[in-house]
Amino acid sequence: MQRFLPLIMVLAMFLLFYVMMTDENRNPNEIQSVKIGKPVPDFTLPGLEAGEAALSTADLKTGEPILVNFFASWCVPCRAEHDSLMALSEKHGIRIIGIAYKDTPDRALGFLDELGNPFARTAADQSGRIAIDWGVTGVPETFVVSGDGTITYRHWGPIVGDGMQAQVLPALEAAK
Amino acid sequence: MIAELGHFATILALVMAALAATVPHIGIAKGDSRLMAVADNAAIGQFLMALIAFGALMYSYLISDFSVYAVAANSHSAKPLLYKIAGVWGNHEGSLMLWVLMLSLFGAALSTKGGKLPARFRTRVIAIQSALVFGFLLFTLFTSNPFLRLDPAPIEGNGLNPLLQDPGLMFHPPMLYLGYVGLSVAFSFAVAALIEGEVTPLWARWVRPWTLIAWVFLTGGIALGSWWAYYELGWGGWWFWDPAENASFMPWLVATALLHSAIVVEKRDALKSWTILLSIVAFSFSLLGTFLVRSGVITSVHAFANDPERGVFILAFLALVIGGSLALYAWRAPRLTPGGLFGMVSRESALVLNNVLLSTFAGVVLVGTLYPLVLEAANAGQISVGAPFFNYAAAVLMSPLIIALGFGPLLAWKRGRLPKAATTLLPAALVAIVVAIAIYWQAAGGVIMTAFGLGLAVWLLGSVLLEVADRTQLLKKPSGFVRRVRSLPRATWGMTLAHAGVAVLLFGITISDTWTVEELLVMQPGDEKQVGDYTFRFEGVAPVAGPNYTSVAGYFTVFEDGEELTRLMPEDRLYTDPVMNTTEAAIYPLVSGDLYAVIGEAAGGGRWSVRLYFKPFVSGLWLGSIMMMIGGLLSLSDRRLRIGAPRKQAAAPRVEV
Repeated sequence: MQRFLPLIMVLAMFLLFYVMMTDENRNPNEIQSVKIGKPVPDFTLPGLEAGEAALSTADLKTGEPILVNFFASWCVPCRAEHDSLMALSEKHGIRIIGIAYKDTPDRALGFLDELGNPFARTAADQSGRIAIDWGVTGVPETFVVSGDGTITYRHWGPIVGDGMQAQVLPALEAAK
Repeated sequence: MIAELGHFATILALVMAALAATVPHIGIAKGDSRLMAVADNAAIGQFLMALIAFGALMYSYLISDFSVYAVAANSHSAKPLLYKIAGVWGNHEGSLMLWVLMLSLFGAALSTKGGKLPARFRTRVIAIQSALVFGFLLFTLFTSNPFLRLDPAPIEGNGLNPLLQDPGLMFHPPMLYLGYVGLSVAFSFAVAALIEGEVTPLWARWVRPWTLIAWVFLTGGIALGSWWAYYELGWGGWWFWDPAENASFMPWLVATALLHSAIVVEKRDALKSWTILLSIVAFSFSLLGTFLVRSGVITSVHAFANDPERGVFILAFLALVIGGSLALYAWRAPRLTPGGLFGMVSRESALVLNNVLLSTFAGVVLVGTLYPLVLEAANAGQISVGAPFFNYAAAVLMSPLIIALGFGPLLAWKRGRLPKAATTLLPAALVAIVVAIAIYWQAAGGVIMTAFGLGLAVWLLGSVLLEVADRTQLLKKPSGFVRRVRSLPRATWGMTLAHAGVAVLLFGITISDTWTVEELLVMQPGDEKQVGDYTFRFEGVAPVAGPNYTSVAGYFTVFEDGEELTRLMPEDRLYTDPVMNTTEAAIYPLVSGDLYAVIGEAAGGGRWSVRLYFKPFVSGLWLGSIMMMIGGLLSLSDRRLRIGAPRKQAAAPRVEV
């Protein structure tokens, strides 16, 4: 029996590799969010635009699923996903909250002036402190928050390619 | 046109490999020596074709022909010549071509240098080697063909990952690959022996030099990689237990075990089945090492691309090679008759202990590398297994190995006498204990692992020296000592040097780990900082323009006892194509240790964050590795392996072609 042991171990190992490799939704660089299914963290952030009211946890509990997008003007992938955000906001009528991550308000606003503003509300997280509470691992990251303020989905990295159709919109649908 | 030539040569090599992998087996079955001779000719043909293909690819890089897919994806016209050459293998497609080139090189070497092998056996070995070449060429042509043309051709290439733009790229991958691929020969020998159903002491004598070559290159490749990480990543560390590092370390551990167990087969005709298994496992780890880390299954700094189609193809091929050979092993191993018996205390038992500890360590490293995957597959969350786990395993498993290493060479074959060996080694043990206690006492009990590590290193070095003294009867009959030293076989010197290399390596690891002085601070020009016995003065920064990067260079002057010792210029580089930041540490190596400086970010007001280190005896790492390599080469040059065993002409006639 023991002469079969190496073979059995190797076959089990390859089965594992096969399962991991063919899982299309898996990105080995992605760190899975532990915030899924949890209520959004308590926070209050100053608005991005001059005179804009502060954004806090209560503003996210709207009764409808919304998106919370962490972005920055210095972030190249954020530029890449911007068209998707515009489409989500304009074509699909999704309420998107934009939080500028480690960015000065001037530059973040310049970024939105240049590319268009898909956000219903904006806020500035200059120190990146609130992003930590959300478990953000880098920008851009986008969260689906259900009507009662629960995080139901986290999109890691830019929403590009078929990410909007295949992942974000179904996640929004599921959060209703 | 040149690229097409390379493409065509690759296809020809594939056809030759297919022939060499099948026809010789038919020849053996039919007893037709002309069919058997296909193996020899096709092995050389494969190598020539692979060489032409590789040359064509390199030419395309040199002239920056961006209509060739691999060149456009990985090169850039502004890249220095060195990286145009090294860039050939700095990516998935090119490294696969290098792998094929080396695999066929070893096949050709078997054909030309394997003259002392019986024709039938050599033919089998070459046929199996060719089957491996065939598999990799198929993979290259169908999923990773570097010669594909782009139309229209881009005006400029994508450039090479700046982390790879380092002279290290010139030597580290080819050396490591020679090691990985060299283990394929032991694999082919093992599979051929399983097919033939016989393992003899001669088999072990044939397989050992090939394993030694592979082991020497693997040792060199790993040491170079470690050195590269040491100065390029700029963290001051030299080993990170990254999946790719583990992937090169596992075959090294198994190859080391194989080197030792093959001695038992050769001298005592024992451990046959185990040695065959090790030969298969060593190469299997090489395959896993090269391809697993790139398949996107495991996150690693070495991952090239996440391409499922490629991944599934290579996975199927690896499953076939590894699974197939292990199935053959399960089927045929019972045929191998157990050989000589040996006592509990004997050279054989010492080598078995060596094998058990080395392969257990390889197993532990494998578990540590794959454990995060298993957890993820079971939906139990994501974790990463870090250095503490591996360091702990290394300490637990390698300490008894090093203690036993002192005894092993002093024990006789079959039945050794432990008390006699212990008497010989007593001085080494005493010195080691005194050193360990002295260090423990001096550091007021804070560094038990350091005391233990240094004690082990002293023990090992001492016992290696005592073993040579014992062997040459230095103390009993000092008169003829020089003559007896000179008459020691080179294999013995090889063993001694390699074992002493382990001791030096251990000194390097322990001393540099414990007594490294690290200073992280913000400095402005004119500031001075004492680091160990040296004073670093920050002179300021200046921009530097390179061929394809711009950098901020920090200038430091280092003083020892008030006198200028050297100047260091660490850089913080920003590459343009592709955009990426790299840190170039500045290192000034001294016998006592390395002065190491890294320049960080501007901290405002003309101040810069810097990291300064003094790393004592880090050179022990490289020195120890070089000693192990030279030891391997010395052993390889031993007369016994060089001329081979006398063979019976009548029993094993060589097929002349």
